[in-house]
Amino acid sequence: MKRWLPSPLLSAFLLLLWLMLNQSIEPAHLLLGAILAIAVPLLVAPLRPTPVRISRPFTIIRLIIYALIEIFRSCFNVCTLIVFGGGRLNSQFIRIPLDLRDPHGLAVLACIINSTPGTVWVEIIPGSNDLALHVFDLHDAHWWVNMIKTRLEKPLIDIFEQEAP
Amino acid sequence: MSELLTASMTDLSPWLAIPVALLLVLGGLITLIGALGLLRLPNFFQRIHGPAVFITVGTGCFLIASMLYFSGTEERPVVHELLITAFVLLTAPVTSMLLMRAAVYRNLRARNARNGASSTDAYQFPDDE
Repeated sequence: MKRWLPSPLLSAFLLLLWLMLNQSIEPAHLLLGAILAIAVPLLVAPLRPTPVRISRPFTIIRLIIYALIEIFRSCFNVCTLIVFGGGRLNSQFIRIPLDLRDPHGLAVLACIINSTPGTVWVEIIPGSNDLALHVFDLHDAHWWVNMIKTRLEKPLIDIFEQEAP
Repeated sequence: MSELLTASMTDLSPWLAIPVALLLVLGGLITLIGALGLLRLPNFFQRIHGPAVFITVGTGCFLIASMLYFSGTEERPVVHELLITAFVLLTAPVTSMLLMRAAVYRNLRARNARNGASSTDAYQFPDDE
């Protein structure tokens, strides 16, 4: 079982993806989807750096809901600033010290931050664990550091870094 | 006007037509504002925030409208638009990250060439001053 399905979550996702692409649950599509779901994880296994461990489904749901609210809120803010802001924008880089080390967690954090209008993840500054973040209109750097550390990074640490209790 | 288009439009109940229309108008407005931002903002680092608005929220509005419309007209749930959402959310951040990084290091090289220095400090943080 473990040998043929090294990552059941990825397999389930691939099967679902195939069925959604074809928009049917006919046996032929199920069979082809199942072959894909078994073959692809085995083929990409050498490429994946570390196995993913995910826990706490409720934290995941809470994080998704919070991220969606944040995306809509910042979308409204950025739209207002573009239309009425004129030349009074204070665009700055800020430095955010991160405690999250898991590469998958960092990837999810980068996706959330970059999907949120008004903030762009630039990079983790080489030789440190600090994130360089570009903010569209900066008022209070401490508010941003606080928000990202408590609302986004903390749940991600809970989700991805549970093996060391 | 083609027969097909008018037929499907009259079949659509107003309870579905109104939210679909509202979502399309909202998505269009957001896309317009994002494009306006791309046109009007003064420098690269600010301009990159313009498209970010419609990549997520604008596309989201269009996709929800599409799901509602086709679920209503074909009388079965049509959800494969969710795949587009997933692909956009996975690929768009990588693009903006790479563009941003390229711009930061291009600026660093230009600054170094101008000052004759070889600094590796690419960022100017407000609290460093």
